[in-house]
Amino acid sequence: MLETYFPVLVFVLIGLVFGIAPVITGMVVAPHRPNPEKLSPYECGFEAFEDARMKFDVRYYLISILFILFDLEVAFLVPWATIFKEIVATESIKFFGFVEMIVFIAILVVGYAYAWAKGGLDWE
Amino acid sequence: MVDTLQLILPGFLLPYLDRFMQFGQELFGGAWQDILTVVWTVIKVMLIIAPLLLGVAYTTFAERKVIGWMQVRIGPNRVGPWGLIQPLADGLKLLLKEVTIPSGADKFVFLIAPVFAFTPAVLAWAVIPFSDFLVLANVNASLLFIMAVTSISVYGIILAGWSSNSKYAFLGSMRSAAQMISYEVAMGLSLVVVLMISNSLNVVDIVQAQGQGRFADMGLNFLSWNWLPLLPMFVVYLVSIFAECGRAPFDLPEGESEIVGYHVEYAGMSFAVFQLAEYSAMILGTALISLLFLGGWSSPFGFLPDSAFWLFFKMFALLVVFFWARATFPRYRYDQVMRLGWKVFIPVCLVWLLIVGCWMMSPWNIWK
Repeated sequence: MLETYFPVLVFVLIGLVFGIAPVITGMVVAPHRPNPEKLSPYECGFEAFEDARMKFDVRYYLISILFILFDLEVAFLVPWATIFKEIVATESIKFFGFVEMIVFIAILVVGYAYAWAKGGLDWE
Repeated sequence: MVDTLQLILPGFLLPYLDRFMQFGQELFGGAWQDILTVVWTVIKVMLIIAPLLLGVAYTTFAERKVIGWMQVRIGPNRVGPWGLIQPLADGLKLLLKEVTIPSGADKFVFLIAPVFAFTPAVLAWAVIPFSDFLVLANVNASLLFIMAVTSISVYGIILAGWSSNSKYAFLGSMRSAAQMISYEVAMGLSLVVVLMISNSLNVVDIVQAQGQGRFADMGLNFLSWNWLPLLPMFVVYLVSIFAECGRAPFDLPEGESEIVGYHVEYAGMSFAVFQLAEYSAMILGTALISLLFLGGWSSPFGFLPDSAFWLFFKMFALLVVFFWARATFPRYRYDQVMRLGWKVFIPVCLVWLLIVGCWMMSPWNIWK
């Protein structure tokens, strides 16, 4: 069981090497002649006049919170969906197994409709 | 490993192979088998990554050529015959450019961010099957692994934008990250529907499940693949892959002609790694669409044999669709992108989930 994941581990390490090696090669091979103008942050030719890590729109927070909710919903749906064929094939839980999940989705849809109605999904 | 080598090596080398195995056994004793396993795995991993990187290089070339033809231009044609060495020349040029680190940047995060973007896009290939048996790690939750790993790449974008200490990069990364996570929800929901009719998280099983049904019995395999019964999910997934990869018409992360993206402060090889990440994510996306909706390695007609060729053929056809979209569609506005993800795709997915659920409960269930 676990040894089937061993190639994945090797793949992680080699993948990291393939990501890091080009950057290091580039830093070694390419010329290195920094000057203040070259290293100044891109701001259409102007001097940067405040810290770049500034305040930003609250809607990004909102989107990420909604994302967490819905991605969790997907995470809960995945195991159910994986065995849904077996649920359908088993007479005793066939109906219950389906309706149970519909109720779960319906609760989230209520929240989704609320976010929509409140304008949480708008970007105008 | 030894079995495979005995098959592919010419006869006169076999005694040397035996001598080599004996020598290793004497030198390392019991650890020799473990060493062989590790070396063999590394070789197999390299056999996936090296063609993949070559494929990435030539995808950039193919894109420029195809878009050139679509716009009645020639495309790159100076370096080598028909411009075939162009990708190598581009790589060499980027290699010889200075890797600048802007003043005020968080140096370590700045340099590690491209790795976070690139490695996940490559990593998913560990579990992607090329045919029934040609798969590096046939883990039984491979689709879950792919979903988990591909969502890491959003960190690369956030870290790049935050560490650059540039307002444009920072805002660009916020924009791209919000776009990527929005489409991830739609993508996840459409995969849930695929899982419902496949009864497995293993990609090999999902592909094999597509080869069954009334149409497959008639020899018309391509009609029994998931794309037809799950047509809305297929469209949602295809468009979500476009948006996830930041490809036209959703290329706001880059937006080379008007807005500035998250990698504006990157130069030289660290920029090249971002570029590699974008294109390998795109190739991965085409592979996933082919495997989950277009039957993977199975042939479109019953009388043709299944083989990895069909997978590569479908991937190439989808790549051309990606290029075609870039040459055809104008870029979406940001609010349109978000509206499509949140207000169109999620309801479509939920409704189709309901429909497929009812369909499977009904006597007309075609996925027994």
